[in-house]
Amino acid sequence: MSIELRSVSKRFGDVAAVDQVSFSVADRELVALLGPSGGGKTTVLRMIAGLETPSAGDLFIGGHRVNEVPVQDRNIGFVFQNYALFPTMTVSDNIAFGLKVRKWKPADSAARVEELLGVFGLEGLARRFPHQLSGGQRQRVAIARALAPRPQLLLLDEPFAAVDAKIRQELREWLVRLHNELHVTTLFVTHDQEEAMEVASRIVIFSRGRLEQIGSPREVYEQPVNEFVARFIGVLNVLEGPVQKGEARIGELVFPSHGIPDGGTLRIGFRPYAVQLSRNLGEFPFTATLRHTYFLGILLRVEIELDSGLVIKARVTKEDYARLGLADGVRVSFQIREYRVLSSEAGPLAPEVPTSPQPDIAVGI
Amino acid sequence: MAGHVSHHSSSHAPAQGPTERLAIRCLLIGLALLFVGLFLLLPLASVFGEAFGRGLKPYLEALRDPRTLESLRLTVLLAVIVVPLNIVFGVAAAWAITRFRFPGKPLLVTLIDLPFAISPVVVGVMLLVLFGAQGYFGPWLREHDFRIVFALPGMVLATLFVTIPFVARELIPLMQSRGPDLEEAALTLGASGWQTFWHVTLPGVRWAVLYGVILANARAMGEFGAVYVVSKPVPGEIPLALWVDTLNSEHQGTAAFAVASLLAFLAIATLVVKAWLESRQHREMARGQTSHSE
Repeated sequence: MSIELRSVSKRFGDVAAVDQVSFSVADRELVALLGPSGGGKTTVLRMIAGLETPSAGDLFIGGHRVNEVPVQDRNIGFVFQNYALFPTMTVSDNIAFGLKVRKWKPADSAARVEELLGVFGLEGLARRFPHQLSGGQRQRVAIARALAPRPQLLLLDEPFAAVDAKIRQELREWLVRLHNELHVTTLFVTHDQEEAMEVASRIVIFSRGRLEQIGSPREVYEQPVNEFVARFIGVLNVLEGPVQKGEARIGELVFPSHGIPDGGTLRIGFRPYAVQLSRNLGEFPFTATLRHTYFLGILLRVEIELDSGLVIKARVTKEDYARLGLADGVRVSFQIREYRVLSSEAGPLAPEVPTSPQPDIAVGI
Repeated sequence: MAGHVSHHSSSHAPAQGPTERLAIRCLLIGLALLFVGLFLLLPLASVFGEAFGRGLKPYLEALRDPRTLESLRLTVLLAVIVVPLNIVFGVAAAWAITRFRFPGKPLLVTLIDLPFAISPVVVGVMLLVLFGAQGYFGPWLREHDFRIVFALPGMVLATLFVTIPFVARELIPLMQSRGPDLEEAALTLGASGWQTFWHVTLPGVRWAVLYGVILANARAMGEFGAVYVVSKPVPGEIPLALWVDTLNSEHQGTAAFAVASLLAFLAIATLVVKAWLESRQHREMARGQTSHSE
């Protein structure tokens, strides 16, 4: 089922938890609602579910306006952050609950429960109570319960927040597989950008109740629409310095003014991968000391400190790190291959400015 | 001299702390036991002592007295009317307070406790002021030939007033700690409001409801002051607690104590059931918390 929000707002008293949000999700998509806590993403999910009513705007599910449709009639499956399993019911009674209240025939209901126990690897746990299950098992029961009545939408609120890191990874992959098998439109809320990037085919990014950007993981990473998104998705170096005589000086670094008059401030941002490092101090225009190396697996993040004290984050592969002979404390030369001019936090992002090997073009822009 | 000092400090000083603490402990425990014995157990024992003092026969005769049986019937009737009303009010109030936002909520929470803060006699007088012959509604009631005070409705109202907080007070903190997630989960699964209440809310709070019911029942059967003011002092038309008082003032010691022993039995049974329910509830809450924390 497709979902569409048109200028949907939700106010709690004077606070706008969701402010004129519009986006749509196609049938069978797997979409993440991403943002810092308090961004409004959970409220959006709850409005789609029917647990909250929009204060303004229109909400469509499968092309029908559902603003006034009660939660029971929306045919959605909702997985709560703490799973909200019924503590007085067994696993199979939890899964059967949605079928019982919808008056399924006992035989059909039993067959459906049996099927889901199989799909979710919960055979043998049918007669257990929720308090006798592990965190991962509880989550599977919660999803099985939500899916039992064959909902047209599956909505998950922070589905991986309550399990530990190791299981979380397995569950992410499992959710993707499950979605591929079930073909049910799925939305999940998360505050973890890595999780959103890894699981979702599209990401909706919220901050302070507003929709910042919607796009594929690659789009929001490579073409963030504003500084908030750029900083929230991945790592961004942000530098700023005063403009004087048509140039901006940030520590030892000099940038063209980009049209900002003398006395103004230039802000620029660039990804760690845009920083090129060399042990040959003459190779690139600036020098710095490598202060710290973070091992992230195949990629390493290093922090380099300029003599002025300015710290820049760079990213190198394990191979390059070894090939270049990098180590904490060594002197390096570096350049910034490309950067963006930033306005304010929420302002639109300018296109990327390449520096060398075409420094003349950069100055020209 | 040095030896004396060292003896003093080495053997006496280390022992001083523990012995002093032990002494204080014995004193406090002794005091507590003395008070429990003097003010709780001794009267209780004397009730049973007096009741059975002249043997089982006079005891049973006193209980078989038609006026006593009538009192017992009335007492049970009061409880049977009041306790269900209490459940309805308690569940409704707890639901409203923990699930909805509305103006005046803090006031409602405070008002629920009012019956505990007010003297029962005042409650009775209040009912007289409202429904008595000289009261606000007195003339209207007389016109329509409907009696409230000095009749069963008055006793019901008085008992209801003094017992109204019990179920609500048990439920409010429990439902607050449970949060709305389980009910919301039931709604998303297609359950109606009533199905949600019956299958999800009630099973989760049933021990707390029962606990409140037990306490409300004990209070309903034992209430004296409020009911005293609004009841006609006619044997057979007053509940047990008042009947004990009447018998006692008529110097029918054995009978008074025999009836009193009925109320004492009730009190002991209440305590036993209450202790059992509390342990049930604690276990269930601990269970609920573990399922919440992971």
